Amino acid sequence: MKKLVTALLVFCVYAMAEGPITVAIRNAKIVPVSGPVINKGTVVMHKGLITDVGENVQVPADAWVVEGEGLTVYPGLIDALSTVGMPGAAPAAAAGGRGGGRGQATPTPTAAIAALATAAAAAPRAMGPEDRPQTTSWAIAADEISPTDRRIETVRGSGITTTVTFPTRGIFGGQGSAIDLMSAEKTGEMVIASPLGQYISLAGGRGFGGGFPTSLMGVISYIRQIYLDAEHYKLVKDAYAKDPRGMERPEYDRALEGVIASPRILLPANRMVEMDRMLRFAAELKQPTIVYGGREMYREGAADLFKKANTPVLVSLKWPTLAPDSDPDNTPSMRSLEDIDRAPAGAAALKKAGVKFAFYSDGIDAPRDIQRAVKKAIDAGLSREDALRAMTLSPAEIYGLDNRVGSIEKGKIGNLVVTRGDIFDDRTRVEMVFVDGKQYKPADATPGGGRGIATDEPGGNR
Amino acid sequence: MKKLILTAIAVMAPLCAQTIVIQNATVMTVAKGTFKGSVVVKDGKIAEVGEKVMVPQGATVIDATNQYLIPGIIDCHSHIAGDGGINEGSVSVSSMVNIKDIINPEDIAVYRALAGGVTTANILHGSANAIGGQTIVLKMRWGKDAQSMIFEGAAPGIKFALGENPKRAGNPQGGRGATTTAARYPATRMGVEDTIRDAFNEAKIYKAEWDDYKSKVAAGQHPIPPRKDLKLEALKEVLEGTRYVHAHCYRADEILMLLRVADDYGFKIRTLQHVLEGYKVAKEIAAHGAGASTFSDWWSYKVEAFDAIPYNAAIMAKKGVVVSLNSDDAELMRHLNSEAGKAMKYGGMTETEALAMVTLNPAKQLGIDNRVGSIEVGKDADLVIYDKFPLSDYAKVQKVLIDGHKYFDRDEEVSGRPAKAAEKQKLLEKEKQAAPRQGAPAGRGGRG
Repeated sequence: MKKLVTALLVFCVYAMAEGPITVAIRNAKIVPVSGPVINKGTVVMHKGLITDVGENVQVPADAWVVEGEGLTVYPGLIDALSTVGMPGAAPAAAAGGRGGGRGQATPTPTAAIAALATAAAAAPRAMGPEDRPQTTSWAIAADEISPTDRRIETVRGSGITTTVTFPTRGIFGGQGSAIDLMSAEKTGEMVIASPLGQYISLAGGRGFGGGFPTSLMGVISYIRQIYLDAEHYKLVKDAYAKDPRGMERPEYDRALEGVIASPRILLPANRMVEMDRMLRFAAELKQPTIVYGGREMYREGAADLFKKANTPVLVSLKWPTLAPDSDPDNTPSMRSLEDIDRAPAGAAALKKAGVKFAFYSDGIDAPRDIQRAVKKAIDAGLSREDALRAMTLSPAEIYGLDNRVGSIEKGKIGNLVVTRGDIFDDRTRVEMVFVDGKQYKPADATPGGGRGIATDEPGGNR
Repeated sequence: MKKLILTAIAVMAPLCAQTIVIQNATVMTVAKGTFKGSVVVKDGKIAEVGEKVMVPQGATVIDATNQYLIPGIIDCHSHIAGDGGINEGSVSVSSMVNIKDIINPEDIAVYRALAGGVTTANILHGSANAIGGQTIVLKMRWGKDAQSMIFEGAAPGIKFALGENPKRAGNPQGGRGATTTAARYPATRMGVEDTIRDAFNEAKIYKAEWDDYKSKVAAGQHPIPPRKDLKLEALKEVLEGTRYVHAHCYRADEILMLLRVADDYGFKIRTLQHVLEGYKVAKEIAAHGAGASTFSDWWSYKVEAFDAIPYNAAIMAKKGVVVSLNSDDAELMRHLNSEAGKAMKYGGMTETEALAMVTLNPAKQLGIDNRVGSIEVGKDADLVIYDKFPLSDYAKVQKVLIDGHKYFDRDEEVSGRPAKAAEKQKLLEKEKQAAPRQGAPAGRGGRG
């Protein structure tokens, strides 16, 4: 009988063509993250927002109902540093450069992105910081997002509903935006918040056009000069705005405009030496900072550095591995062996030190691989709750988005992931994903992880 | 409870060990002769030096019978302990970059330098540019973080470079990477001089802007400050005498050129580095007050380094130049003691004079001789124990102290090796087991 009702409802929904306005998942285990686990409860979403959650929640009469028996509902996962949606972007946003993973799909770059890329390459050789080398600080991810990027479907298959996507070319890559991974007709629908911060890479220095800077110290001095210039620029602009008469007109500088518009900066650091260096640098620049990378966070005292500096960390899920075809006579250093052995323990160290942290995919797109990578951190001492938090509420808090995403709470955006089994277990299946209250089903996930996941029609429940 | 006590003891141990007595050594003080006796170290400083000293209660005693004690070796020209390249070779004036930003305290060369008796090193930018980057003096405090490596109070420096390197970096006809690098001015020695003059012309204008601003502020006005320019800021400091110039040079003519340029702009060259033809213009170098930091017997690696003689160091010293011997190389850095020994063979330096070339003289050149460079009461306890006469190839460093703390111990190093090797092997086996098999690269899920 119940089934019949559902079927009828689904039929109605199709007839409406817009997808259900109200969705209820009932009798499911609910993990809100912001509060205690509800062993058997109901989540109601209306017009893309969570309208109710709890044990004894009335299912609205017009709701399209998902029977949640045996299912677990989590907040949609957030990838705290991603390039998903950026056309032509390399998937990896590795700290210290050298993006690792390969893109599964490389859509044709849009004209805007191509222009950004070629502008950097074809620019005349930079002769110093004043030429603003490898800088597209004014670029905003929200302006460049392509709703047709196939990676959107791929990563959604692992339960990721939201990415904080950054333009990552050059030294000042540009400003990130939080986007919902939906099948949108217009890019604007996808954007949750923007701009969220300036992506800075220190790897841009080498062999890129041959101009300034070519060394790490050159990159650092360039960044330092930019922030000195930005401060001066503001001063002069303000003075000019106050009384332009008799004053030389300050030159408009889009590189500085982009830097000034960014509410925070993201700096890379994997080695402990780099962490120390970047935390000092951040303090000197007086910018709110997030550090990304964190490979050597397991080392004694590393997490404490961040506690002391009160700086959040994005931990790369791309754990170091032994190169499979490494020369047997050329053994890796003790340090790199330790990194391989203990890098996944870094997250637990951060938790212990009381540092705010989140995970980021670092170019890992395939659903199973992300789950597997998180599992490694759990095996290395991080609790399941904290692992989940590091992919939901914590990234939301780090970017100041916790009032809209990151947990299952009344009033928040209807981003959910529904699984059969614990979300970070090897055999767990992501049954469905809700983004802005709309349901997406991963394609029948073949054992070992699916690829090229097909999207259901919005609202469809085949 | 037992744990608590143990912890307390562990915490207190370094406090108790703050007094160290090195006994029965042949002490080569460099400043005040050589004698057989003892050195007392208290709170990181040399507290007493003498043939007979009282051993304070609770002091750690190091018996150095038949061994030699010298002040820590100072290398006036090194490029170790840096991350991400030591040349910002894209521009001919790169005074905006700073070695201080890229200190890597975990560079194994630091530990190896310690094993060669080096306790302090002047870490320089490379020589690709007429005016290179800002430099820094480090103590080889292995195990400490970057900031703790910095020789507190030592004047910052800047690297200049003359001759082939700065002109070659810009010349598409030659030099490494020439095919991939576009031409860069300058390509001649004339151009190098012009580049330096041009930069200081700019710096003078910049300095005048700031001086004007400061005087206006002092007069109670509220002008908008000038833009702070990191490149010119460093050169302004050179003009003001607060930043030392360490100039890479070879030929006599270019040395004289640089001294004239410095005189014209009213600044001093603190040290001439390499300076292989310094013996030809030693009087002029002495008159300017520049130090000279050279190699003992290393030359002919390029045309401008051909007209060199092993007597260079001795001749310059005899003409009144403060001379040091440097390494410019992580390997050579580990045996500067025997480099100093060569000055005895070539030029007849005394033991003390020769040893001074890698201790007290570089300390003077770096303006840190009030702190290090000799074994004298009140100076930092940066000390090296050798098993044999140190100005010899056969001498091996036994222990190295910096600020009274032991940073290298040969016995501990050698005895600790098997355990370290075993630990590494264990990890390697473990990771080989865990590593993905060939043909199944990690980070990629979609199979089939």
